Amino acid sequence: MKTIIRRKLKESAIRIFFFTNGILAIIILVGIFFFLLYTAIPAFREINIGEFFTSKVWNPTSPVKEEHGIVSMIMSTCMVTLGALAVAIPLGIGVAAYLSDVAHWKVREIVKPIVEILAGIPSVVIGFLGIVLFGPFIAKLTGQSHGLNAINGSILLAIMALPTIISISEDSLNAVPRAYSEASLALGASRWQTLMRVKIPAALSGIIAAIMLGMGRAIGETMTVLMATGNAPAFPKGFLSSIRTMTATIAIELGEVPYYTTHYYALFAIALVLFIITFIVNLISDLILRKYQEREL
Amino acid sequence: MNTKKLILVGCVAFGLILSSGSLFAQKKMIQVKGSDTMVNLVQILAETYMANNPDKPIAVLGGGSGTGIAALINGTCDIANHSRPMKDKEVTMAKDRGVTPHKFIIAVDGLSVIVNESSPVFKLTVDQIGAIFRGEITNWKEVGGPDKTISLYGRQSNSGTFVFFQEHVLKKQNYSQDMKRMNGNAQIVEGVSVDKEGIGYVGVGYVVDKNGNPRKGIKILKVSKDAGAAVFSPLNKTAVDSGDYPIARPLFQTTAGTPKGVVLDFLMFEMSPEGQKIIEEEGFFPIGSDVLSENKKHLK
Repeated sequence: MKTIIRRKLKESAIRIFFFTNGILAIIILVGIFFFLLYTAIPAFREINIGEFFTSKVWNPTSPVKEEHGIVSMIMSTCMVTLGALAVAIPLGIGVAAYLSDVAHWKVREIVKPIVEILAGIPSVVIGFLGIVLFGPFIAKLTGQSHGLNAINGSILLAIMALPTIISISEDSLNAVPRAYSEASLALGASRWQTLMRVKIPAALSGIIAAIMLGMGRAIGETMTVLMATGNAPAFPKGFLSSIRTMTATIAIELGEVPYYTTHYYALFAIALVLFIITFIVNLISDLILRKYQEREL
Repeated sequence: MNTKKLILVGCVAFGLILSSGSLFAQKKMIQVKGSDTMVNLVQILAETYMANNPDKPIAVLGGGSGTGIAALINGTCDIANHSRPMKDKEVTMAKDRGVTPHKFIIAVDGLSVIVNESSPVFKLTVDQIGAIFRGEITNWKEVGGPDKTISLYGRQSNSGTFVFFQEHVLKKQNYSQDMKRMNGNAQIVEGVSVDKEGIGYVGVGYVVDKNGNPRKGIKILKVSKDAGAAVFSPLNKTAVDSGDYPIARPLFQTTAGTPKGVVLDFLMFEMSPEGQKIIEEEGFFPIGSDVLSENKKHLK
């Protein structure tokens, strides 16, 4: 009798322990959100919210007129993110298709872990590559005097998003039932046709989720873009101009800002906008991924 | 039995945390933080000082003048390095939090304007430099160079150099939005040395090597007050001392309250002939006797 009670007690203690662990992640997320909200809202006591979202000029320390507009940096963030995706999507899906359909299994066993290791390279190292390797190369190729621009940032972010995209796309291509491709091949389709018209469409939700996850990483990346894009706060004129993203602005200015001033709160307002953007991107990718996992069952 | 073991482990862990806490408390380091222009200089001063006083550790960090002053106000450093004077707002903020800033000038910097080595431009007036960084002059041909767009390299707003330059050269106007905001002096030198159309501004300590020669890839511009005036190089000690070089500036260290103990000792070392010699070796300029006596007043 005694042992049964003890066992039950132990059982419920363990259950509570795991429940607390599970709920902790949610508490932290909600906590961060409310902290951001709480610190961002005072910014709008002095900044016109319309100006915040429509002005292209961010100059909170100007001796002439302080301005807090985030359009230029949102645009910069979008440019490097989309640029990164333009490079990473074809390359990532190409590598994934190669690994799942073309490569010998021995090759796959070697290449896939290596690709995943790529995800572990510190962003500061990749940023450094941008300064010393890609920057001068891009400058020479495009005839610009320097290579600290949006293209450079895009390429570096593509490198950082690639492991996610390759790894998850390859998993979802592998999850396509064998019967699909066998049926396709039996009907006389070539391997290329099978891949393009049967396997990739069948694995599409997984591939899209992979892309969204890669995108989430690119939007939030700080150090790399801070180092490689030149950080000119002007509204970008094109992919060859120096840009400054939302993350770079926060990283640069938060260290120096006197606490509890409008400038300080405004930086948190940027962080809040960024948080909402990445939250939406992650939410969408999660929904798509769930759909794809359900179908698998 | 198990519970007892758990409690024992808990006690040991707790004890360890406690003892490590007191361990850290014993080794109190003097924290010096701020100006990126000064970080290398003060680092070397601190190393020399620590070689003679191994029991008095000093940690020197960069981050920019604004960062250093913010840290002083927030009580997280003992000495703030800054290459611009503290703003009235900052002094009030410090006093509100019970910190009375005592400022000292430890060196003089000839702020240097640099271009790529291949540029044909070798001199500019202060007004021209201001117009270039305000974004009013955007082509090198307007100041005697080739028909190319000027590529601007500057610092971020946490930099004292950024603020000093804005006040004294840009005449309190905004920087061009196209200026690339670099993280530190070294990055600007690096950027300009590979950018044929680049121009940037840095502390004089960053443009010369150990032997006092200009670094590879860059050219230090000579600067004049206005179009008719004589031009001077920031490497010209007498011109910087006399104020003939138009963009020379003092480099400050500020303490929270009257300096005491190691902080006082370190400041005295910096102002001593030995300290001032190191400052000269690093490419900056020593302080004059009038500044020295002004400093001494703030020691009390």
